[in-house]
Amino acid sequence: MSDDVRVAVAAESDVLAARQEGRRLAAAAGFSGSDLTIIATAISEVARNIVHYATRGEILLRVAHLDGRPGIVVVARDEGPGIPDLEQALQDGYSTGGGLGLGLPGARRLMDELEVVTELGRGTTVTMRKWTA
Amino acid sequence: MTVPILKQGDHLIASVQSALSDAELTDFADELAERVGRFRSRGVVIDVSAVDLLDSFATRTLRTIALVSRLRGAEAVIVGIQPDVAFAMVQLGLSFEGVTTALDLEEGLAYLRRPKEGDLGVR
Ligand SMILES: Nc1ncnc2c1ncn2[C@@H]1O[C@H](COP(=O)(O)OP(=O)(O)O)[C@@H](O)[C@H]1O
Ligand SMILES: [Mg+2]
Repeated sequence: MSDDVRVAVAAESDVLAARQEGRRLAAAAGFSGSDLTIIATAISEVARNIVHYATRGEILLRVAHLDGRPGIVVVARDEGPGIPDLEQALQDGYSTGGGLGLGLPGARRLMDELEVVTELGRGTTVTMRKWTA
Repeated sequence: MTVPILKQGDHLIASVQSALSDAELTDFADELAERVGRFRSRGVVIDVSAVDLLDSFATRTLRTIALVSRLRGAEAVIVGIQPDVAFAMVQLGLSFEGVTTALDLEEGLAYLRRPKEGDLGVR
């Protein structure tokens, strides 16, 4: 889509850039207060996963609508190794990288929707959505 | 220095700036552990009131810093977690488990200065 905001993610500084862009776009979509922090935190988790597990990828951000309610769609996409056991990866505390294992399950709680499409050797796409009240 | 560390009597006060990089956070961990030893500090206040986001990595790192301080002999208190940040942390499933937190710098210092068991004149 032409009004996607795209942030290339290959280093930790890109994670900071992605969450800043996310905050900006979420504000433009009509979110305020703690929702901005919630959305930026979810973006931080999936962007960090790209750097950590896939080395590089991208975050796409756009404003969308559900039944007239504006919201934000965040797509985190990489062509990394993929996730062997997605069900486990979505459980609290599961980490193959010595992390807290709260990134994916936590982002799912922070946002209204979170879907993961992953294929071994092909990559991972995490799509998250949140709608204004 | 990216995280200013002030010495105040027996205590150290560290003010974490917003959007600190992971490398800066790691430097801060080393610097704080070194100063606790150099000044023989008994307490450390880590002020995060300028921080606008704590994700799982940053939370784990700060918690480690606080626990390391304690192992070095200085009790650590994390203060100033902003309401929005606290709200997001809870939903994410994060906590500073095992580390004392307080509302602000003043409360944190009051906590460190509280009379402790074994102090002279205190029962
Ligand atoms: N983009 C990705 N590519 C490959 N594996 C991933 C990706 N994102 C997450 N994972 C896998 O899912 C696990 C859980 O991720 P997460 O919940 O963020 O916890 P953590 O990052 O602390 O391990 C990771 O340990 C990793 O094995
Ligand atoms: Mg993660």
